[in-house]
Amino acid sequence: MTLLNQKHRPLEEAVAAIPHGASIMVGGFGSPGTPFALIDELLAQGQGDLTLIKNDANEPGIGVGKLIAAGRVRRLITSHIGLNRDAIAAMNRGELEVELFPQGLLAEKIRSAGAGHHAFITDIGQGTEIAAKRREIELDGRTWGIEPALYADFALVHAERADRYGNLIYRATASNFNPLMAMAADTVIAQAYRVDEPGSLPPETIHTPCAFVSQVVEVARETSDQGRRAHVG
Amino acid sequence: MSADQQRILARAAREVISGQIVNLGIGLPTQLFHYLPDEMEVLVHSENGVLGCRPRHADEAPDWDLIDSGGAYIATRPGASVFDSAMSFAMIRRSRVDVTFMGAFEVDELGNLANWKIPGKFSPGIGGAMELAQKVRRLVILCSHNDKHGNPKILERCRLPLTAERCVSRIVTDKAVMDVTPQGLAVVDIAEGLSVAELREATEAELIVDERRLGRF
Repeated sequence: MTLLNQKHRPLEEAVAAIPHGASIMVGGFGSPGTPFALIDELLAQGQGDLTLIKNDANEPGIGVGKLIAAGRVRRLITSHIGLNRDAIAAMNRGELEVELFPQGLLAEKIRSAGAGHHAFITDIGQGTEIAAKRREIELDGRTWGIEPALYADFALVHAERADRYGNLIYRATASNFNPLMAMAADTVIAQAYRVDEPGSLPPETIHTPCAFVSQVVEVARETSDQGRRAHVG
Repeated sequence: MSADQQRILARAAREVISGQIVNLGIGLPTQLFHYLPDEMEVLVHSENGVLGCRPRHADEAPDWDLIDSGGAYIATRPGASVFDSAMSFAMIRRSRVDVTFMGAFEVDELGNLANWKIPGKFSPGIGGAMELAQKVRRLVILCSHNDKHGNPKILERCRLPLTAERCVSRIVTDKAVMDVTPQGLAVVDIAEGLSVAELREATEAELIVDERRLGRF
């Protein structure tokens, strides 16, 4: 683990640690909480053959949509890609391998890895095609599905505020998968709009304790993607 | 919005009581927001991580960190909370959401629901629908009674991949309000101007009808 006083890094250097073929969890549900600056840097650096784990595929030309369009993503583990027609087309052409999970199962698979468990048992999806491909176990007179934990080499997360030890605070619905992924990956790179000195964030307001975070980078509040959406309901 | 959809929403709004926690699915159910008066103390849950959301007023600037699960920029009402996805689905799996409204491709007389996948045509992923359908105490389906070709959507048995088994409590369509009961689908209300024979004609499932108790909407 990175020493506390060595986590605050420049954007380029933090992302350069990611090799070709890495598995990467990416926070965000739609635009909120998506680490756009980290994704753009990954796009610029050129890593490919990636496995991405993200709730959704953002939208065409936005966030991970750029990585998918650039052919950098071999496999996507996700819950719903309905807002990204390019990702659906790439999936249908066989260029993008997509594994779909119910959203709560995806969250819990990541949470389990982050909590140090190797699997959990659940009745979610029993009686549907989701259950057909998983192992089952009898317990207390019922049949349960075994859901393995989901790990990754890296997590890219977005926080509202951080300190240079890597303590993180999320805002509103930009939280979503970020705190779960921040616990589940081997190396966690967090971007935040402000990275302050330790002591500037009240301890009781921290959502992700710094122990889980490997690198923290400060990014400008405005990115070209923020607030841009093809579909606003 | 069509007159049929407005009829469905107006009828569906009567399914919510003050004090409840409610989840509104993507599409037509989201529009139910506009049928819940401000004085009702209802907290709307959205599975991306907010309890107590409401539509933005016309003059309210969007908060770029605050959306509902359909991607709309929303606002919050007094009593709201925000949380991560694991917390959001814990709330669902523990049945702390009182009622959820969802659309459907197919519903059947056992209360089975299919609303996420049409093999070979439509498979963007299931999102949060599976957990919501399986675990929320009361699932009310809002959908057109027939598809755009006139085929029944209220079936004897679902043919598409299921979202969840035996999960539906009530179905509200443009033609009828039906409850899933151990005996089958019982018609509660029938649309103004529609005969029971016409309703049966538009429905594949057997319907249980007690004409003396039938409401109109």
